[in-house]
Amino acid sequence: MAPRLNRWLIAAIVVFGAAVGRVTQAADAGPVELLNVSYDPTRELYRDINDAFAKHYEQEHGRKVAIKQSHAASGSQARAVIDGLDADVVTLAVWPDVEAVAKSGLLRGDWQRRYDNDSVPYHSVVVFVVRKGNPKGIKDWADLVKGDVSIITPNPKTSGNGKYSFLAAWGSALAAGGSEDDAKTFVTEVYRRTPVLDTGARAATATFSQKGIGDVHLTFENEAHLEVDEAGGELEIIYPTRSIRVDPPVAVVDENVDRKATRHVAEAYLGFLYTSEGRAIIAKHHYRPWGENPPPPAAGETWPAIETFDIGKVGGWEVAMKKFFGEGGVFDAIYQPAGR
Amino acid sequence: MPTSRTATIDPSKAVSALLVAAAVAIVGLLIVVPLMSVFYEAFSGGVAGWWRAVAHDPDTRHAIWLSLTVAPVAVAINTVFGVAAAWLVARFRFPGRSLLISFFDVPFAVSPVVAGLALVLIFGRQGLLGPTLAWLHWKVIFAWPGLVLATTFVTLPLVVRELIPVMESIGPDEEMAAVSLGASGWQVFWQITLPNIRWALLHGIVLANARAMGEFGAVYVVSGHIAGATDTMPLRVEKLFQEYRQPASMAVASVLAGLALVTLVVKFVIEHRLEAEARELELARSTDGTTHDATLEAAGP
Repeated sequence: MAPRLNRWLIAAIVVFGAAVGRVTQAADAGPVELLNVSYDPTRELYRDINDAFAKHYEQEHGRKVAIKQSHAASGSQARAVIDGLDADVVTLAVWPDVEAVAKSGLLRGDWQRRYDNDSVPYHSVVVFVVRKGNPKGIKDWADLVKGDVSIITPNPKTSGNGKYSFLAAWGSALAAGGSEDDAKTFVTEVYRRTPVLDTGARAATATFSQKGIGDVHLTFENEAHLEVDEAGGELEIIYPTRSIRVDPPVAVVDENVDRKATRHVAEAYLGFLYTSEGRAIIAKHHYRPWGENPPPPAAGETWPAIETFDIGKVGGWEVAMKKFFGEGGVFDAIYQPAGR
Repeated sequence: MPTSRTATIDPSKAVSALLVAAAVAIVGLLIVVPLMSVFYEAFSGGVAGWWRAVAHDPDTRHAIWLSLTVAPVAVAINTVFGVAAAWLVARFRFPGRSLLISFFDVPFAVSPVVAGLALVLIFGRQGLLGPTLAWLHWKVIFAWPGLVLATTFVTLPLVVRELIPVMESIGPDEEMAAVSLGASGWQVFWQITLPNIRWALLHGIVLANARAMGEFGAVYVVSGHIAGATDTMPLRVEKLFQEYRQPASMAVASVLAGLALVTLVVKFVIEHRLEAEARELELARSTDGTTHDATLEAAGP
């Protein structure tokens, strides 16, 4: 009898385990849980957005929402979602990362048209962070390659911030009237002066501000403000004459929200980024909200004027990804790791 | 060095003093100073500030809790596996035995990141078992089971590696005697094998636990970085550091470092017992006249 009982017991455990696995999903009455998979610099922004949205949603729909956040380099985050990280929404740094998630079948093809401004609720620009008093006199792109200036920017292969910095440098050379060859020479020189290539934006920030390496850090405006605020007067921001417009898109992950029955909350969550309350929070964190009359970062402040060009200047994302960051692309050709 | 007794003249004294100074400087610079600076930074806001950072942030609290649940489970799995595998390898000779022993070392040889990626390739959404797991609604990667798997993988060799030499040096005599007297398999295990290997086993468990708590690379890949859900202590340290909350980050780091220091003390005590046991064994062997020197050598801690 004993062996037979054992067999039944094992079978029962397996069936029960499977059943529990399938049932726990449906039978939960607590707050709706959302997972926002985002990139490095948005941690502080979404912490505020989450609080405000949870209040807003409970008022409107009488349901509590608990939002969890995941942050790392944009490219690796897209990869994780593709490999099964259960994101309800993705708010990534660059269009190709969201598009990669879409291509894996998790998003419907029309994701970009679901929200205003091609699903880009806020934008930023690439600016310079320099040490106090700007000792190397860095005012514009051309100054980056003068004297012995050393530059910090993350790896464009893994980091959205890194990609934008690369493209900003390239586009600025074109916008100043240079040819493709001029742009290539300039960007080669920029990366020749880059002693470390971190994988993500935050790691690069730590390299520049905490480890004290480099004379200038190329980064997003929002990230620059955070970095300068943290440094207690040791760093300052420089706005070059022109720079690239950073357009981080957002999307609801169709397959996941349909499986988890969270579509309504997820869509409201991203929609909240376009409301006046959402826009004010976005501005407070130094992201430039989309739409007419963007609210300023703080009362009485204004957004510094800067001439911008978008990804179209360098051929659009599909071209740029292949041409610059693809296997054997421009970046592979020009970058020689430390030591040269 | 055969001439060391006569070579007590000044130059060699100077050399030895220099070597000692170098050793102290290296240990000081590489271990003591960084560790002290972690504690210094952690308590820069006083004990109250440290406590607030460790206990009042729900995400940090969860990270500590997560590490304290993931590590013991991984260590338990490795204990069962380690004892069984070491017994197999120490007591039996079979084709492929040395190959099996080399496989135990694979987790040491392979980078933890590779281990994590391998798990993603098997259990990820697009992985080998992805569709099956999705149908069952079982989450492995980017959830608790994935963290346990990754931690188990990187700590796998620690217990088994510790046990093989000890089991080999003890030999099968006592176990065989017990069997010949009619003891059952479990009786032999609980009353003969386990008492004989207990200190070595404990040593392996302590080392595995220390490694499990501190694991970063493999866990980093399979965690998914969800604050308050899948961030273990080491991942939380990194995240806090990147969020410019350095004192809080160092406070969590100091908890990790504290656990490491406790481990060190426990390890020290156990090593003493191991040495004592090895001496006893040697004494017993030398009195009954049999020669097992070759195997004894392998028993050294």
